[in-house]
Amino acid sequence: MSYPEAYRYTKEHEWVHVDGDHAKIGITDHAQHELGDIVFVDLPKSGSKVTKGHTFGSVESVKAVSDIYAPVSGEVVEPNPLLSKHPEKLNEDPHGEAWLIKVKLASPSEANDLLSAADYQKYIGAE
Amino acid sequence: MSPATGLKRTPLFDVHTASKAKMVDFGGWEMPVQYSSIIEEHNAVRNAVGLFDVSHMGEIEIHGPEAAKLVDYVSTNNAAKLKIGQAHYSALLYDHGGFVDDILVHKVAEHSFFLCVNASNQEKDFEHIRQHNEFNANVDFASDRYAQLAIQGPRAVPTLQKLTSTDLNGIKYYWFTDGTVAGTPARIARTGYTGEDGFEVYISPGEAQRVWGEIMHAGSEFGIKACGLGARNTLRLEAKMALYGHELTASTNPFEADLGWIVKMDKGEFVGRPALRELQQAITRKLAGFEMTERGIGRDGYEVWIEGKPAGWVTSGGPSPTLNKNIGLCYLPADCANPGVNLQIVIRKAPVSAVTVPTPFYKRAKA
Repeated sequence: MSYPEAYRYTKEHEWVHVDGDHAKIGITDHAQHELGDIVFVDLPKSGSKVTKGHTFGSVESVKAVSDIYAPVSGEVVEPNPLLSKHPEKLNEDPHGEAWLIKVKLASPSEANDLLSAADYQKYIGAE
Repeated sequence: MSPATGLKRTPLFDVHTASKAKMVDFGGWEMPVQYSSIIEEHNAVRNAVGLFDVSHMGEIEIHGPEAAKLVDYVSTNNAAKLKIGQAHYSALLYDHGGFVDDILVHKVAEHSFFLCVNASNQEKDFEHIRQHNEFNANVDFASDRYAQLAIQGPRAVPTLQKLTSTDLNGIKYYWFTDGTVAGTPARIARTGYTGEDGFEVYISPGEAQRVWGEIMHAGSEFGIKACGLGARNTLRLEAKMALYGHELTASTNPFEADLGWIVKMDKGEFVGRPALRELQQAITRKLAGFEMTERGIGRDGYEVWIEGKPAGWVTSGGPSPTLNKNIGLCYLPADCANPGVNLQIVIRKAPVSAVTVPTPFYKRAKA
């Protein structure tokens, strides 16, 4: 699966796609692959705040629970409604349909220091 | 053993890595947790057939004129009642009645027993049995002489039958036969840890890779899948089969673990019996099954509340691929362990509703 150039990535395997003062946040294909069959996704409600570097939810596979860390700070506009009924979509389309949350950014420049697609792929290749 | 990690490996390690299995540290063993998808592997066993490498399990052989006496003295079930070719589930206990391990006992000959024990307990079990050997019996640590493969699922018989002249339908549940599989001597036992029909086959480690390949080939027309420890765990949980370190520990006893049926109090003296006599009079907690009634997955070690107060803990919990529910086992006060009791499982500090249910969660239809 390709890692979109327009996204920025974290070493904790989240991605963020900034669009003006809003952004979508998700987990990477590498992350879903490491987790295996995803069976449960716990996301914050609209209106709650997420803080860069802090956990905002969790993704559970058959075997394990993984915390998800916010790549940027902001206010949740919408958790992805698809994932409460169809958590398995995270295995199928983690960079697209199965985004986790939309946020209104506290500071749009916050994503600048995250990894590029090329650097992230280098990072997971070496991991 | 891997020089880099210090983890032990089975004879099938190279096969697992070649099939891109995800390997994990399981009690000091580098084992496959999944090959493709835990759910797909789980469903293959429920609907067709799956093959597991369980060579990490330990084997202990007990021989001699008083072999039966030793087995009966160190284990809870009645070994004297076993017929040659029959196996049963049993337990090794400490003097205080807690579990050393849960085991399978096979009666191979009049004076010869074959024990299958948990991987991470095998050295401890061996020492425990030796320490109590006041009999004319030899206790032999045999793990290095066996690889073990589990062929499990409704298509286990037609898969394995292609590779053996032993009439598999003639082996009853919890019986075994010494024969051959793919031309190599094999102990073929109709046992398993999945809640399905199937076999556990003990062979020479040097033959393990070849026999693995032959079984995969024989099962291909039925859609056989290599299955890892992840599926093994979801399968055994649905069938409510206990796991050492979870339901069974040094500080739990067979009565509270719902394993009174493997304890034969009237068979004569055995290690742990005096303590069990006391414990039997005062069962304070019991193992219960639950299912989540709100969104959330109760997992191993999570606290359990009743009416907002701490009442117990989850021993094993997770998603049930067969039932499409989130299920688990937990210890509860004995008077709250019947079905229909409302619980809260504490998931990341938040109480989430669950209810106790009858077990096993899954039982296969009788053929």
